[in-house]
Amino acid sequence: MGRGVGVSTTSVLGGVVKRREDPALIRGTGLYVDDLQLPGMLHVAFVRSPYAHARVVSVDASDAEAMDGVRAVYTASDVAHLGDLVTQVAVGKLRPLLAGDKVNHLGEAVAMVAADTRYGARDAADAVDVEYDPLDPVIDLKEAASDAALVHEDMESNVLLAWEGGPWGDEEAIAATQQSIADAKARDDTVSVSIEAVNQRLLPMPMEPRSVVADWNVGYGRFTVHSSTQIAHALAGGIAQTFGLSLTDVRCIAPEVGGGFGCKLNVYNDEILVCFASQQLGRPVKFTETRRDAAGSTIHGRGWVATATITGTGDGQILGYELDGIADMGAYSQNFTVAIPFLGLFVGAGQYTFPTHWKVACVHTHTMTTDAYRGAGRPEAAYYLERAIDAYAREIGVDPAEVRRMNFIPADKFPGAATHIGFPMDTGDYETNLDALLETAGYEDLKAERDQLRAEGRLVGLGLATYVEVCGFGPSALVDLGFSWAAYKIPSGFSGSGLVRVQADGTASVIIGTGPTGQGHQTTWAQIVSNQLGIPVENIRVSHGDTAESPLGIGTFGSRSAAVDGSATYEAANKVRAKAADLAAHLLEASADDIVFADGGAHVAGSPDQQVSWSDIATLAYQPHRLPEGMEGGLEAHAVFSPGNATWPFGSHLALVEVDGDTGDVKLLRYIAMDDCGNVINPMIVDGQIHGGLAQGIGQAMFEDGDYEADGNLLKWSFVEYPLPTSADLPSFELHRTVTPTDINPLGVKGIGEAGTIGSAQTVVNAVVDALSPLGVTHVDMPLRPKRVWAAIQAAKTNGSVS
Amino acid sequence: MYPRSFEYVSPGSLDEATSVLASTEGAKVLAGGMSLLPLMKLRLFSPDVLVDIGRIPGLSSIEDRGDHLAIGAMVSHAATASDPSIAEHAAALATAASWTGDVQVRNQGTTCGSIAHADIAADQPSAALALGATMVAASAGGVREIAASDFFVDTLTTALEPGEILTETRIPKQGGASAYEKLGRRGGHTDYAVAGAAVWLDVSDGAVSSARVALTGVGAKPTLAEGVVEALVGTDGSGAAIAEASERALEGVTVLDDLFGTVEYKAHLAKVMTRRALQQAVAAAT
Repeated sequence: MGRGVGVSTTSVLGGVVKRREDPALIRGTGLYVDDLQLPGMLHVAFVRSPYAHARVVSVDASDAEAMDGVRAVYTASDVAHLGDLVTQVAVGKLRPLLAGDKVNHLGEAVAMVAADTRYGARDAADAVDVEYDPLDPVIDLKEAASDAALVHEDMESNVLLAWEGGPWGDEEAIAATQQSIADAKARDDTVSVSIEAVNQRLLPMPMEPRSVVADWNVGYGRFTVHSSTQIAHALAGGIAQTFGLSLTDVRCIAPEVGGGFGCKLNVYNDEILVCFASQQLGRPVKFTETRRDAAGSTIHGRGWVATATITGTGDGQILGYELDGIADMGAYSQNFTVAIPFLGLFVGAGQYTFPTHWKVACVHTHTMTTDAYRGAGRPEAAYYLERAIDAYAREIGVDPAEVRRMNFIPADKFPGAATHIGFPMDTGDYETNLDALLETAGYEDLKAERDQLRAEGRLVGLGLATYVEVCGFGPSALVDLGFSWAAYKIPSGFSGSGLVRVQADGTASVIIGTGPTGQGHQTTWAQIVSNQLGIPVENIRVSHGDTAESPLGIGTFGSRSAAVDGSATYEAANKVRAKAADLAAHLLEASADDIVFADGGAHVAGSPDQQVSWSDIATLAYQPHRLPEGMEGGLEAHAVFSPGNATWPFGSHLALVEVDGDTGDVKLLRYIAMDDCGNVINPMIVDGQIHGGLAQGIGQAMFEDGDYEADGNLLKWSFVEYPLPTSADLPSFELHRTVTPTDINPLGVKGIGEAGTIGSAQTVVNAVVDALSPLGVTHVDMPLRPKRVWAAIQAAKTNGSVS
Repeated sequence: MYPRSFEYVSPGSLDEATSVLASTEGAKVLAGGMSLLPLMKLRLFSPDVLVDIGRIPGLSSIEDRGDHLAIGAMVSHAATASDPSIAEHAAALATAASWTGDVQVRNQGTTCGSIAHADIAADQPSAALALGATMVAASAGGVREIAASDFFVDTLTTALEPGEILTETRIPKQGGASAYEKLGRRGGHTDYAVAGAAVWLDVSDGAVSSARVALTGVGAKPTLAEGVVEALVGTDGSGAAIAEASERALEGVTVLDDLFGTVEYKAHLAKVMTRRALQQAVAAAT
């Protein structure tokens, strides 16, 4: 079978199947971790630092320990033997399970209280008396990078490393790239345009906060851990590693998970600590974070400052792009922390051909850890690149669509195209995608409309941005680039797995290694298997998230589940199909080569009236005495899939905005997206993913701000201070797509979970800057809240221009 | 997000409620709970006893009493926003209620609760102030009426005494027209106000004959903008007159900054919102 295979003519792939998980979720009958009530279960609460940086002088838990229902109070010395938090990319300072003699960010856990009730635990945590000696915090990124003061006094520098390319890791080639850009700058016919911009810190804030219940079985010496996690297998491995257990001694279950966006792609200290408490106390122990815990102690995303510079000719030929930035790692490295900017480096030059020198330094500060948040490094990279290209296009007076088109990697470079760091890309046709957007949106008409309204004095703007994403990780060989999961006892890089079992009644069980956090795996995977076997979707049950029953899977993140685990499941289904063909052939006294699967069963080609059902086939499989000699009983198969590359989705977005010049209020009037994620398994689910992705990208552009105050305080403890986008704030998205299948997996799918976020923030900012351009505004930092936009307008009116 | 321990009582009559309040130190009235419960969950406020007035009969209606409308203590924001008599006689309040919170909050939270809570960024207190509302407070000692202009004392502080329940808010049927304008924290009208303005005015013989203007979100409490009224009354209510009058919105107001607005920005917004609300009210009154 060739490219984009597996798509039969009566395909359920590509068809809208309503999400099968929704009835339970909508009716409130889905089981989340916090719904779990185990007999004798205790609750924990954490005593958290009110300072960004302080010495812990003393911890007095005597009052708390004396309270009714309090079972234990643990401090750093109680858990010192367990070491630091297990961490995948162990670069920089690792997180202690509980802070010892120093706290290094607001909200860092100093003590853990276990009590009979969650109210009692909170009361007791409030009664723990911690004496702090406050120290000056390092918060500002440039100050941190200067090493004027050290975040950790036992480290030589706050700067952990700098990701630099491309090409990547080849110093001579990097120098040559820098020289070629310097040469371009020295030419008389070029201009250089720079933008210094903040890509502000964001708080992931999934609807369901994180929650974990650990239950130590004393008799067997095993843990059963329910957690709201994106990585059940890694969590099991991390717990096993910490406690010196085997993988079979830790069972992790991720039931319904109410959103993750990357923040549940970490093994957390609280997950380890509840295991410890359960082991110590012989009782199940639950921790469910409050929204306040979530704001200050669950990982954050973004948090970069950088200067982006485009150098090019007056007619739009770009000759060089430079990014010089600093990324905030927070006080401690966790799962991926320092690797997040590396993901940005992959797509640092986007889908363009020009020489690029890209450098982002990773620094510690006295803030919460940053890690993967929807897009993870790629939205930041795309933001700077597309803002800079827009500024350049404005400077030279060439249409921003034309500038992009002139500099795209041409479609005829595929296969064989590579990124600026030399990483091969799968498939791409950027110009076709952009042209489709412009035509669908009626770009020329929109420009005319904007110009007309602008002539009437209204501040109307059009913003365009294009993106390429790297996702669908990916090659198992990424292990060799440092993406090792060994800390969690997972030897693979990023392989996927799926298990398909046809039951005796002809229904099918699909058990997958990844679990959804809202993406609709139960529907999509049923479609994949239904497509291969002809068993109706409603007769296929998809299970996930229980490490005791599911094959090893890495997790749902990086828009990888369908491309990797979906492909594995596809291959498992094909194995089942091959065996079923043998079984049907035996029943029909024909050759397996002549068996056709259709209408919920199988028949011999040309004889559809002599049909055997899946139940007939499966019944035979489970009656070994009836089987032909040499054939094994059972009808199930497992497959592991490791693609040869990541996938590279792409797209073009357009926004139309109007700014109220009196108030700075930004109205997003239209948002039109042309995404290309390869083949589409379920258009409704893909659209849903784009909707959520766009909302989160637009949320960064317009509303969200997770930055700390200069004193290390974080004044965002609830949705009152941290406004998330809601449907009331957003227009009805206009979604379209081009389809350029990938050739690195049998489904031809690329992944769509993050694309909306990666493409949208800069689209909105470009539109707002376009709207304000008649006033001379060239840049406004996100979020584009009214007060900031108004201040930019005032500054422009005062100065004649502003940046 | 777990409150400290507290007692909960659910009296069946107003007398019972006021008697509990009179006899219990640290008791607090619970209506819709949309402001009180989050504060308790954050442990920023921890009353010993909650007196839930939700089961007391007779507090859930909006009554037309001839010369005024009476909004009962348990009338939800949604009910205020959709009531035809409020729309006719107190458009500013209907608008303010419709822009309060989200759908769930509007169904659960109450207009009187919002007024009694007196958050500086809440919409309905300034609407009540501009409409010249009267608050009716019941306690074990009896019932008293408090003019809106005397009701709002400071941030989250009103003239209500600890033993008192705000049983209803009365809006005079005074003719003229009213309007409310705001800019929300996420832009538009969603979320708490960065700044807002509520106005009521009457027009006779082509001139503005009387007016009240109250500001949301800029000072420590909902504040009457007397300077605007002084400048506006007697004018023809033209765009120019409104613009000039709006410039005086901040006389006597100390503007506070917050995460969503600097002093300079909020001061500017107050004038813009005043101007826009006045324009709407003049258009509706003439």
